[in-house]
Amino acid sequence: MSDTSWHLAAAALDILAVDPAALGGAVLRMRASPDRDRVLAAFAPALPLRKLPISISDEQLMGGVDLGATLAAGKIVRSSGFFATPCTAVIPMAERCAPALAAKLCQLSDKGLTHGILALDEGIEADEALPDSLSDRLAFHIAPEGRRPRDWPKRPAIDAGRPLAADEAIAQLTLLAARFGIASLRAPLLAWQAAQAHATLQGRAHAHSGDIELAAALVYPHRATQVPDADTPADQQPAPEEQTQQDEGTSDTQTALPDTEMLIEAVAALLPPGLLQTLGQTRSARVAKGSGAGKLRKSNRRGRPLPSRPGRLGGDARIDLIATLRAAAPWQPLRRKHQPDRTGLLIRPSDIRTKRYAQHSDRLLIFSVDASGSAAMARLGEAKGAIELLLAEAYASRDHVALISFRGTQAETLLPPTRSLVQTKRRLSALPGGGGTPLAAGLQSAMTLAAQSAGQGMTPTIIVLTDGRANIALDGSAHRATAAEDARTVARAIRAQGTESLVIDMSNRPQPALQDLGRTLDGGYIALPRADAHRMTDAVTAALAG
Amino acid sequence: MKQPFPFSAIVGQDDMKTAMILTAVDPGIGGVLVFGDRGTGKSTAVRALAALLPPIEVVKGCPINAATSAECPDWAELETNQTEERPTPVIDLPLGVTEDRVVGALDIERALTRGEKAFEPGLLARANRGYLYIDEVNLLEDHIVDLLLDVAQSGENVVEREGLSIRHAARFVLVGSGNPEEGELRPQLLDRFGLSVEVRSPQDVAERIEVIRRRDAYERKPEAFVKRYAKEDAKVRAAIVDARGRIGVVAAGNAILGDCAELCLALGSDGLRGELTLLRAARALAAYEGAKRVTRKHLRRIAPLALSHRLRRDPLDEAGSSTRVNRTVETVLA
Repeated sequence: MSDTSWHLAAAALDILAVDPAALGGAVLRMRASPDRDRVLAAFAPALPLRKLPISISDEQLMGGVDLGATLAAGKIVRSSGFFATPCTAVIPMAERCAPALAAKLCQLSDKGLTHGILALDEGIEADEALPDSLSDRLAFHIAPEGRRPRDWPKRPAIDAGRPLAADEAIAQLTLLAARFGIASLRAPLLAWQAAQAHATLQGRAHAHSGDIELAAALVYPHRATQVPDADTPADQQPAPEEQTQQDEGTSDTQTALPDTEMLIEAVAALLPPGLLQTLGQTRSARVAKGSGAGKLRKSNRRGRPLPSRPGRLGGDARIDLIATLRAAAPWQPLRRKHQPDRTGLLIRPSDIRTKRYAQHSDRLLIFSVDASGSAAMARLGEAKGAIELLLAEAYASRDHVALISFRGTQAETLLPPTRSLVQTKRRLSALPGGGGTPLAAGLQSAMTLAAQSAGQGMTPTIIVLTDGRANIALDGSAHRATAAEDARTVARAIRAQGTESLVIDMSNRPQPALQDLGRTLDGGYIALPRADAHRMTDAVTAALAG
Repeated sequence: MKQPFPFSAIVGQDDMKTAMILTAVDPGIGGVLVFGDRGTGKSTAVRALAALLPPIEVVKGCPINAATSAECPDWAELETNQTEERPTPVIDLPLGVTEDRVVGALDIERALTRGEKAFEPGLLARANRGYLYIDEVNLLEDHIVDLLLDVAQSGENVVEREGLSIRHAARFVLVGSGNPEEGELRPQLLDRFGLSVEVRSPQDVAERIEVIRRRDAYERKPEAFVKRYAKEDAKVRAAIVDARGRIGVVAAGNAILGDCAELCLALGSDGLRGELTLLRAARALAAYEGAKRVTRKHLRRIAPLALSHRLRRDPLDEAGSSTRVNRTVETVLA
């Protein structure tokens, strides 16, 4: 397996070198190592390779005014953009590429201005990766496993197979992409380009079935969202039949079917491990990073102004004109001596001051407390105590606290986001207990509150205190299975929303269901079977800090 | 740069194409929001639309594409009365764009090197009388979104900064696209878009194959491919121009107004913008289709586009809001 992945990597790079512009490029997911150096050394496209740092400024990328040269020369000097000289871009540390840079690269790539992008992704976690918008436009995802085989990059000869008509090949690739649940239509297009490039590489005028198979193996596995059901070939019968009435191209697809089976096996063998587990889970943490309302502590756009700092213009920095002039003023006589023929102020890049703002982002702790009969008896008092303690701390650290209780058939917001200690104590002491456990309703209220407060610039964290025996569904019916399913659905929605969360299990024995919930929320889980208010506070503080 | 993919060569995605054509017929509808999966031709359609639209008449060298020299801002320091034809501007607003580049700013280079106070127009100026396209609009920084909201609403860009005090017209059609899985759009911004479209990759294999075939043909011989669809494109363009001329005389009776109001009431959409957009878009559709009056048929077609993004969102409703709109349309217009 590991050897195969290395041979595929070599094939992908060879194909990419043939036509980097049409194929978009590749993601090379490997840690920096001698092995990676070997892989890179084997990549030899027609155009020179140039590094594109992820911190590249707009002016460098798109072209603009070269401020340093402009100030020195006293007239406007424009610099050309990164892609003005044709080159294949290499992006190191691509996993840290910001969505903004990815968007600009996508734009350039859509306009046909890029000539291939090789993204060196050193991510470890699944969430650390190139933004999807860009990786969708790059044909290959190369992730060799294990050690490099000794004789690499020599790779086994690929059987050319039988020649295929272009229409049939396209039909096969499209069908295959559909079976693997690949929604993007870029995938089959890129695969088709790859197949043609490989045919060219092998000295063939047209793509053969071998080329198609290789292209599918290179382009599809990492994009797949489902595994085709090989056991039920009856599944695929209806699709072609429907087409009979609509399209004359049916004959193609029907002859293609047996071949597609073979292709499916080839691709399925390469599917990333754990695909099935990750299916259905929303990818979290990567949501809406661009609109980071609230989380940003320092910004150069909004908030309270801070003293300006020396800096470089360009990117998103804004000039502080007054401070710049003030910085330049003392130097004028001296500079005038050197450049007597220049008129106006003599300003050097080192004088430039940029504006800074600080935006205070308040943290909001949303407590969703289980006040059902089962929990109330034992733990409600402790929960109340913990919230009071946290609130006292919040008073110092300027956090806000909100309180939601759920019991009976619904959840109730007892306390909207506040810092008022007195008010909270009064509401808490009046918190009644008893009834069923509508966990889903409690989560839903917390989610709504979190979304609202995030819109107001706060950074919400949801803390759920429960004993885990959800028995009331969202519609208020007492049905254990539906209740648990509803709770999971809401948890997924919270995760998709990107809200941080923490589950505190306050039942006597830790509940596996709650551990599951914590995982679904992609948040923390703490079991506190015999905690008092102080221990609970410590645990929450530790979990939030970590 | 190669020619954009022809508009009429886009397979399927009828809702998206209709919505874009309608904004071309009546820019007052207020923009299109295209939400959907990656690789479904969102960007392609917008860029194709630019090539499709008839050129506009502008004063030579005018930074805001003004039609007459009277409308030209004085800071542009233009002396000419001559006009020229320019393609309808479609301006890309990339993520991570700076505020300066959007609204325009003090021309730093001129200020520092020549000591002159001059205004450097931004993207909003260039987008005047055209389209402003934002890919991944849901990931746009909040402060840029606030800016756009304000300008899209007032049709005027006001710059008050760094000693500059400048205003210029900025009337554009906002076209946003994005993938809802990566982040929601604030309701305030959602409401500013006149129409919204959900695009999905075609579920029919034959249709998908046709997409790839056409795209492949285009990649290989762009000129020949564009030529092949030039006639179709010209037909659409002629229909748009024709509809622009006739939109003023398309009648909308009281019954239709009543239907609009009832629909919006039944759906519980906030404010009156829903009704207004519904009516405007239905009228544009009627004009485009050559009808003399707006009928229920037009309303039925437009309602999901004009209303689905104005509903209170239920985060747990998997069905999607256009299904809800369709259901309501069936009962109200039954």
